[in-house]
Parts: sequence; C-alpha cells; structure tokens
Amino acid sequence: MKKKMDTRFSVGMLILKLRTLIALFAVVLVFAFIAPNFLSVANIIAMLKHSAIWAILALGMTFVIIGGGIDLSVGSVAGLCGMLAGGLIVEGLRLPIFGIVIYFHTPMLILIVLLIGILLGAISGLFVTKLGVAPFIATLGMLYMARGFAMLRSGGKTFPNLIGKAELGNTGFPFLGAGTILGIPVVVWLAVLLAIVAAYVSKKTPLGRHVYAVGGNEDASVLSGIRVKQIKMATYMFSGFTAALVGLILASQLVASHPATGETFELTAIAAVVLGGTSLSGGRGSIPGSIVGALILGVLNDGLVMVGVSSFWQTAIKGMVVVLAVIIDQYQLKKQNEAALKEQTRSDAADPAVA
Amino acid sequence: MEARDITKVFPGTTALQNVNFKIYRGKINVLVGENGAGKSTLMKIIAGIEQPTVGTLHLYGEDGEAEIVSFPSTREAAKKGIGIVHQELNLFSDLDVAENIFMNKELKKFGSVYIDHNTQAEKARAVLKRLGQDINPNTLVRDLRLGQQQIVEIAKTMIDEPKILIMDEPTSSLSVQEVRVLFRVINELKQQGVAIVYISHRLEEVKEIGDYITILRDSKLIDCCRIADIEMSEIIQKMVGRDPKKFFSGQAHETGRELLQVKNMTLPRFGGGFTLENVSFSVKEGEILGIYGLMGAGRTELLESMLGVYEKAQGEVWLEGTRLDKLSTKKRIQKGLVLIPEERQREGLFLNLSVEQNLTMASILRYVKGFHILKQLEDQRVNEMIKEMAIKVSSPQISINALSGGNQQKVVIGKGLLTKPKVLLMDEPTRGIDVGAKSDVFEIMNSMAKGKFGVVFVSSELEEIFSMSDRILVLSKGKITGEFNRSEATEEKIRKASEIGHGITVKA
Repeated sequence: MKKKMDTRFSVGMLILKLRTLIALFAVVLVFAFIAPNFLSVANIIAMLKHSAIWAILALGMTFVIIGGGIDLSVGSVAGLCGMLAGGLIVEGLRLPIFGIVIYFHTPMLILIVLLIGILLGAISGLFVTKLGVAPFIATLGMLYMARGFAMLRSGGKTFPNLIGKAELGNTGFPFLGAGTILGIPVVVWLAVLLAIVAAYVSKKTPLGRHVYAVGGNEDASVLSGIRVKQIKMATYMFSGFTAALVGLILASQLVASHPATGETFELTAIAAVVLGGTSLSGGRGSIPGSIVGALILGVLNDGLVMVGVSSFWQTAIKGMVVVLAVIIDQYQLKKQNEAALKEQTRSDAADPAVA
Repeated sequence: MEARDITKVFPGTTALQNVNFKIYRGKINVLVGENGAGKSTLMKIIAGIEQPTVGTLHLYGEDGEAEIVSFPSTREAAKKGIGIVHQELNLFSDLDVAENIFMNKELKKFGSVYIDHNTQAEKARAVLKRLGQDINPNTLVRDLRLGQQQIVEIAKTMIDEPKILIMDEPTSSLSVQEVRVLFRVINELKQQGVAIVYISHRLEEVKEIGDYITILRDSKLIDCCRIADIEMSEIIQKMVGRDPKKFFSGQAHETGRELLQVKNMTLPRFGGGFTLENVSFSVKEGEILGIYGLMGAGRTELLESMLGVYEKAQGEVWLEGTRLDKLSTKKRIQKGLVLIPEERQREGLFLNLSVEQNLTMASILRYVKGFHILKQLEDQRVNEMIKEMAIKVSSPQISINALSGGNQQKVVIGKGLLTKPKVLLMDEPTRGIDVGAKSDVFEIMNSMAKGKFGVVFVSSELEEIFSMSDRILVLSKGKITGEFNRSEATEEKIRKASEIGHGITVKA
C-alpha cells in the first residue's frame, strides 16, 4: 500500500515542522536590516556565546521534559556550582581535622564541580522516583535549597578574582569562559559538542528511545521492561550536569562567583525547549529543536539590545514569542492528527477487510 | 422512544451500523451483546454524550406524537428526561454524597450564589431512602463501600425524576443484597411508568428482570423481541452469532514438559484482604491455558504479578527451571516471559511514537552494538514482523495513532513477540477489535503453541476460552476455583466456578 500525500498539504506540514528554523531566519533577517552591525563576525560570535549558555541548559532540560518531568532547579544549581568553584579556587578545600587546605588543579576542580551538579540532579531524581514527589515540587524544592546553600557558602558575598595562583597550581580557570579555539569561544565549542552527543543519544541509543517511551506512556514502559526509575534518574542527572557546567562557565566569564547568579535561568531554558517544539506533557520533542529555540532567544535578546529596545519591552516580547510558539505547536499537533486520520481512513477504504 | 438507523463511526472502527432501538414506556428494555458490540456507544448517543454520525432519535409523548430530538449534550438529554447510570463510577470522592448527587444542578438560595446545603442533604436523604439505603448524605464518597457508591451514582440520576433511565451494568460491583434492593427499585420505577434500559452481561439477571430484549452483535442489530418469547440458549446463540464451539480454529495441541510454574502467588489488597491468594499453576510446552473469571477476580493482577509489576506480590515464578520472581521486569522479559496488556492504549502503546519504535520498544537491546542502535537490523526485524503479523501500515515510520484498533493490537503483540518469549501472557487479547483481527490473533496463539511455546490468556468471553484453550483455569475472588481440561469443560461448570465466593445465585 503506497501512501499518496497531497503535495500542497505536505509542503504545509513541512513549513509547520521547520517553523522554529524559519522563525530563527526571520528574526536574523529582520535584525540584519535594522541594525547595520548585526551580521558582523564579532556580533555573531558574541550572540553565539550568549546563546550557548541557554543551549547547554536547554539540552539537559529537553531530556527531562521529554521524559515527562521538569527541572526548575537548574538556575540555582548553576549558581551553587559557581559558588563552590569560586570557593575552591579562593579558599581551597579546608580539612580542619587534618589541619590542611587542598587546592585543586583547574581540570580537577571542574570535574569535581560537574560531579556535584550530577549529584544534585540525582537528589532531585531520587525525590521524584523513590519518594514519588511531583517533578515540579521536587525541583522547586531543589531550586530553593541550592540557592540557599549558594548564599550560605559565602554569607551572600562574592568570591572575586578567580584567576588562581601560580604557586598553588590552580590558574587557568578564566579560559573556560573567555578562551577561544580557532577563533571561536570555548563555550560555543562545548555547546556544539554536547548538542551532538545529546542528539545522538536521543535518536540512536536505547537510552534515548527509552526517555521518549517513559514520557509517552509510563505504564506501557513498565510492561515493556523499561527501567522507568533509572531512566528518569538519568535525565535529572544530566540536567544537573548541564547546570553545573553553566555555573562554571558563568563564574569563569565573570572571573567571580556571585550567589545570585543564574536566577530565572530555568525559565529561559524551559522557554528555549518549548520554542523548539518539545511538549511539556512529555514524549515529544527534539534536541535540534531546543538548540534552535535557544538561538532564537539569544538572537532576540542581543538584537533587541542593538536596536535599542528597552529591556522592559525585551522581556515582554520574549513572553509573546513563547506563547505564540506554543499556539503554533498545538496547531501543528492538530494538523498532524488530522493527517494521520485521513491516511488511515484512506488505507481502510482501500482494504475491504477492515471496513 | 426510538433510535432509528443509528450509525456511529469512530476513527478506525464503525461502532454502530444502522441500528434501530425501541424503548418502551413502563418496561424494562434489556440490551445485550458481547464486548465491543456497540451497547455502550448506543447508550451514549441516547444520553447525549456522543452524537450519531447518521440517524435520528424520536421521542414519543404521552399522546403518541413523535418528536425528532437531538442531544448535543447530556444536559439537553436530561431536560427531556433521560438519565444514565454509567458502568464506571463518575463520582468526586472528596465531596460528600449530597454534593455529588447535586453536582452541576445545585440548589441555591439568596439568588444564585449560595448553595442550599440543608435542602440538598434532605432531598438526597429522601432519594437514598427510596433506594433502600440509609446513607448519611454528608458522608464523603471516599468513605463509602463500592456498592454504596454505585447506589449514589444511581441516586444522582434519580434526582432528576427521569422518564428514561439507562443503566449500564449496574450490578457488576454490587453484593447480592444490593442487587436485590436495586431490582426492587427498578421494578418500582417501572410501575411509575419510567422506561428502563438495562445493560448486563449476566443473562440470568436479564431473564429475571427484563420485558423486552435487544441483541447487538458486531455493531449491528440482531434481534429485538419480548423476553418471554425467547430461550436463554437462543439469546446466547444470537449474541455470539455462531455455534461458539465451531467458530474459532480451536484445536488441541501436543503438549510437552512443563515450561512455566507459578507457586503460591499472593497479592495483598490495599486495606486488607487479598487480590490474589495462593494461586499456583503450570503451563506446558505447546499448551494454551485459558483463565476465566468475572470482573475483579484478579485476572489482570495475576498476569502482572508474574511479570513483577507489583512490589507487594509474593510467590514463586519458574520458567524452564529458572526462578524469576526475584528479578526485575526487564530481566523477566529477557528470560522469556512477556505480557500483552488488557488496555492497549493505556498499557501497551506509545502513542507519541511510530509503529517501528513501538514494535521494538521491548526488544531494543537486541539491536544494539555498544550504545548504538543498529538501524538496519531494527528495520529488518520490524519489516519481518509487520509481514508475519499482517499489520496494515503504509510505512513503519507512520504514527501508531493512525492505525485501527485491530492493527494497534497486532503491534502490541508484535512488540511482545520480538522479545522472543517462551511464554506469552495475554490479557483480553481480542477486546475491542474486529472479527478479522480476532481470528489473526487466534492464529498467532495457535502458532505459538505449535512452536512448543506456552500461551496463557485471560478472557471474559467464555466462547473464546472454550475454543482456544487446552486447559481452563477459573479464578474467583483471587483464588483458583476450578480447573478443567478441554474435554470436560462445560459452560455451566465454568460459570459456577467463577461465581464461587461471590454468593450470587440469582434465580429466574
């Protein structure tokens, strides 16, 4: 049985499916006309650098949301991890029992903080899977806890001047945020690398397949032998990892860590994911979509600044874009279901045994 | 009232085809048919929950004048005096009885803001008394027994003083006394000139209480007559539509050594008692074991316990000498046990994914090298399975949503078969699918048995059990109450065994 699609109809569907990409081009095009320097190499690199942070957070968030959860804690976890990194550089790890202070090499330090991020994600995951707390509540709790500990770490003060000392062997931290490789910021490289890995995992590995399954139908997942709890844990842990990475990057870019860093970042990450066509009810979405979503937000942000739109308007416009995206998303879903139904009726009609 | 030439098409299935249904005033109009025959859909149309694709509803006044009516909503239907008691409970368990009864028709005072709780409670008490129940209207519904909740459900409809009252299997969760009370109430309503539409699977009940009977089968009207004019055997014959023992390709299979053993499977019920109590049985190579039981007998729970879905379930499960009951569901599936669940949409399918992804969901680790899914191998297996199962799809990439019920069920079965099971557990494998797909499903079961594998299937349709099973187990209230070989089983024996512990002996 060959399916014959109405060509006009399928072109329409294609436009709907690629709408985020089209929207991104449209936004770029508009700004390119209004702001003369918009398409300069320097500006493009600056925008990519900004978007990369949203993109990295959105990667973790995408898995959590496709798996049927949500992670509200990423902004705070980023803040806490930045503070921990700053503390380790400035003060080192004090072990009063042994009367020593340990200063870590920068790669070691980054590794430790990333592990802490994963651990924080695992705690959220445990709340959700073992204790049955709703993901919204569990991660809201983690949001406050992580922020609280970030404040407590320094008593609300900033750890300044995170350049390390040569005699302690912990220099080099600013490279993460400010360094470039082949003229492109390290941050952008990291985002691209992670995006490739995430896209691969989501589409080509059993783990990725299972995340879609768990978010789509938990009962059916159990009966298909999928380890639902482990899969959910994995998504929160990855989200914790991305949050910690962003915390490190921000601290490195500022060469200082402030305990309020990362406030409301979780909302921007969710906005990027939703813009990319991922359904908040789980089971549907894609990594490339979230990357494009993050880019739209980044471009919009910088573009509006260059054009001179007030920051109040910027916020309002971002809100409108997100709502618009969801409305279009619903429309696409409806069209998709209609198309599926049409096709089925056609194939049933072609087959007398079913009718 | 009369429903004329009603046709209702759902995506994928035609639920009703040119059905005529007459409801006589002051009579008990019984509607019978197998699962999926279209009874519930017909009732939903009459009650305004669904709209007919084709056809009209005619309402006759006292003077015999006909009026064509259409019910875009249950409210419209209720205005015309039509009330429905659903098979499932539709109650708000955290509100009290009176609030439930007056849901969306609250009595108000001081204008339209303030709910008159006292009057509501009074009226609720009166209705409940009429139903022979002394339930305090201020009790929360969650604190009532199941049978009492059913009574509240009926009271909810009674408050509107309906002229036509539809009852969809109202006795399925009632105790004997409660059934008695209900029948008394029904007869009383009948005396008052209310037309009752009564849907039931229990034919003894139907014989006892009904005046007229309408039989539906495969979405079509089969017969409509006075109950006094029809024999029980004739009803069954017409419901099933063929000589039940000859229809399916039922055949005895050559059985070998024991493949699966279940020992003392016990599942405690939340709040005391047992859903399953010391259930033990075994399955041989090449054997099809049928499990029969009424609703709530523990059939589904038994199969799910074998697969390790419940943490509280205790008892041993052995497959080919390997003990499975300490293993995770994942491991049990790997060892060769798989379940085709009862509700395919809720427990079997991933509606967000494609046919291909659904098919390989349980067996994906078989097509993996390292972390990588071997797409070619996956495609190949999927295409083989689609061919083997005769699943009708234009492409394996198409959304599972697009398939008809029968084809969706084949996908669920295919998903199970791709795990290469040694014993296939099937829970109501033919529910809600068309005749063609049904016989395909039976074909699959037979070929499993021929391949020296074991099949355990649960069904609430006796005819299916009879024709497919080599051996029949009867489950009642969580216990095995009967075991019969193909040759010795009779419908009467099985029905009797299935009612042990229920205390139902409804006499004609």
